[in-house]
Amino acid sequence: MAQLIKNNAVTADTWKTLELAEGETPESVALPDGDIIFPFAVWQTRKAEIISRHKRIGLLLNSDDRVEDVAADLDYFIVIAVDFPKFVDGRGYSTASLLRQRYGYQGELRAVGDVLHDQLFFMRRVGFDSYALKDGKDVVHALQAGFSSFSDGYQASTSQPQPYFRRRA
Amino acid sequence: MYKYDAIDRQLINERVEQFRDQVSRWQSGELTGDEFRPLRLQNGLYVQRHAPMLRIAVPYGMMNTAQLRKLAFVARTYDRGYGHFSTRHNCQFNWPKIEDCPDILGHLAEVDMHAIQTSGNCLRNITTDQFAGVAADEVIDPRPLAEILRQWTTFHPEFAFLPRKFKIAISGTREDRAVTWFHDIGLHLKEVNGETGFTVIVGGGLGRTPIRGQIVREFLPWQHLLTYCEAILRVYNRQGRRDNAYKARIKILVQALGVEAFSQLVEEEWAHGKDGPATLTQAEYDRVAAHFTAPAYAQVAGEDASFAQHRQDNPAFARWLERNTHPHRVAGYRAVTLSLKQHGVAPGDITADQMEIVADLADHFSFGELRISHEQNIILADVQEAHLYALWLTAKGAGLATPNIGLLTGIICCPGGDFCDLANAKSIPIANAIQARFDDLDYLFDIGEIDLNISGCMNACGHHHVGHIGVLGVDKNEAEFYQVTLGGRQGNDARLGKVIGPSFSAEEMPDVVEKIIKVYLDNRHADERFLDTFDRIGIDPFKNLVYEGRAHGKAKAAQTEAA
Repeated sequence: MAQLIKNNAVTADTWKTLELAEGETPESVALPDGDIIFPFAVWQTRKAEIISRHKRIGLLLNSDDRVEDVAADLDYFIVIAVDFPKFVDGRGYSTASLLRQRYGYQGELRAVGDVLHDQLFFMRRVGFDSYALKDGKDVVHALQAGFSSFSDGYQASTSQPQPYFRRRA
Repeated sequence: MYKYDAIDRQLINERVEQFRDQVSRWQSGELTGDEFRPLRLQNGLYVQRHAPMLRIAVPYGMMNTAQLRKLAFVARTYDRGYGHFSTRHNCQFNWPKIEDCPDILGHLAEVDMHAIQTSGNCLRNITTDQFAGVAADEVIDPRPLAEILRQWTTFHPEFAFLPRKFKIAISGTREDRAVTWFHDIGLHLKEVNGETGFTVIVGGGLGRTPIRGQIVREFLPWQHLLTYCEAILRVYNRQGRRDNAYKARIKILVQALGVEAFSQLVEEEWAHGKDGPATLTQAEYDRVAAHFTAPAYAQVAGEDASFAQHRQDNPAFARWLERNTHPHRVAGYRAVTLSLKQHGVAPGDITADQMEIVADLADHFSFGELRISHEQNIILADVQEAHLYALWLTAKGAGLATPNIGLLTGIICCPGGDFCDLANAKSIPIANAIQARFDDLDYLFDIGEIDLNISGCMNACGHHHVGHIGVLGVDKNEAEFYQVTLGGRQGNDARLGKVIGPSFSAEEMPDVVEKIIKVYLDNRHADERFLDTFDRIGIDPFKNLVYEGRAHGKAKAAQTEAA
């Protein structure tokens, strides 16, 4: 299981992500109980059912899922996980920026998938606040060094909406 | 020139430590080779044919002499005593050890230099015109905005992992010298009704699929530079193809959508960011622009007598003045191009000793600053005419005064198969063979202005598509061949060259170029440049002579094999 970093600590993950087995479709998959992160395709097809059965709902966005398609539903989610299928696939950074800056999503925003130490600083800046670090990585070192790679950034971002040039003394 | 302040310096020092940690995690096995690769590339570190290659940024081509001396130090201490200036305002070292790179970056950071984002699928080094700030035809100095862009692109959190590399060029002159039509974003500064802004060109590029960029916005007021670029990058980051590296550049997206639909998407995206906090302020512009004020020029009344005398007495000096010095906006000054195109030397290469000589010249004669051009030469931008003769003597002694700027032997050439892992063919020996064939300076001057560009593969680092004569190395059945294009050009009327026909062997290349030149000389009208003649007579006369009575390309190879 991925090691979850949240609130500057390694945290036990109370959420389970619904995975579709071979042959299962969003229409046919059984909806488990508990704190579940539902893939976007399942949410889209089974929304009413999920809402009626779950008080705490999570959503998984793949890198080609469009934020726009789920923008109206954001109030339902306690956590949104954004998948990085490969750490060099940077679409998830734009997804996070849009969720936070354009659509005002306030809940937990979790980076999952191929998440390495070296992306943590960037991920925090675009608005992620929890991180499922890839298996086998040194989570302690990542916690110590990954978020503080740089002391500031030039650009406006989610974590610092004022670009550096507006904050210069 | 821009001087780093506390934050700029802190960030590059932190980068050195971050990279040191990455190298150490790679050495310990915590980072796999696949994981380390994109990270080292974003630090300009390639693993090449013979050794690693480290690419150091020279943002918009500007350097001071302390920086050049530091490059000389790195060349001596960690490399083989020389460096290579590329077509992208970078300095490349071909023989460092990976484990030395954090230390090299540490040394560079002492003089505010780095290798940030000089490679990899990220926002690359910003480029502009080597005569920025001094060009006689300049409308607006692009350097303050280039520096603002440098800061914005550095460690941009949202755009560090793009589908492919992303290059931005900015030009502020009437005649474009920054190849803005062939960048992912080309920005052409202009003034409209007293307001400063840009024409924004998107989706140009050379490489495997050469495409001239298209205008997505005729006029963008300068304050919106960052928010508008942000909108372009966000559309590209989300919609650019990631399934095929050859189709991942923004030019393919713009082609697929059509420029109008693309432009519409950008406008919709921009509507959200426009006028937001990233909108540039006059205060920030002024703060940055204050770094690019004119140096303390001497008041020069009339032409210097000794300068005029030397020019009259010394034809070699006069020739150099004609080719290697350029009009300056201040009376009594010229911009000097030191040629890194000495015959027989790899174009763009410079030894550590030469770097120090150039640094001394810049200190004595050009306010301690210099620039690197995308033609792979060094520019001393602010030289008083009275000092040109002394400068020339020293430069000549150091092999830096070959008067071939803009001429046939002032070849733009990538490192090719001698160094580069991507190359299909060698390019330096082709350049050297052509230089050797055209070694007669009088003849070279008579031929006049010609851009000859050579790339060792279709990635086009030698910009062969925009050479008046372009040479592309291709691999056929594991043998090296060369394809020739004619009529390419940079500038406002930038165009791609046309392929003349089947490719040639390396040995044939000097003859081929000689025949192309012969067609030009036989057909030219008085004062007609090569390009003008080409445009007038078309490609056929060139094809006819070059291929006359000869087997070529594969046929020739088959013949050779049979014999």
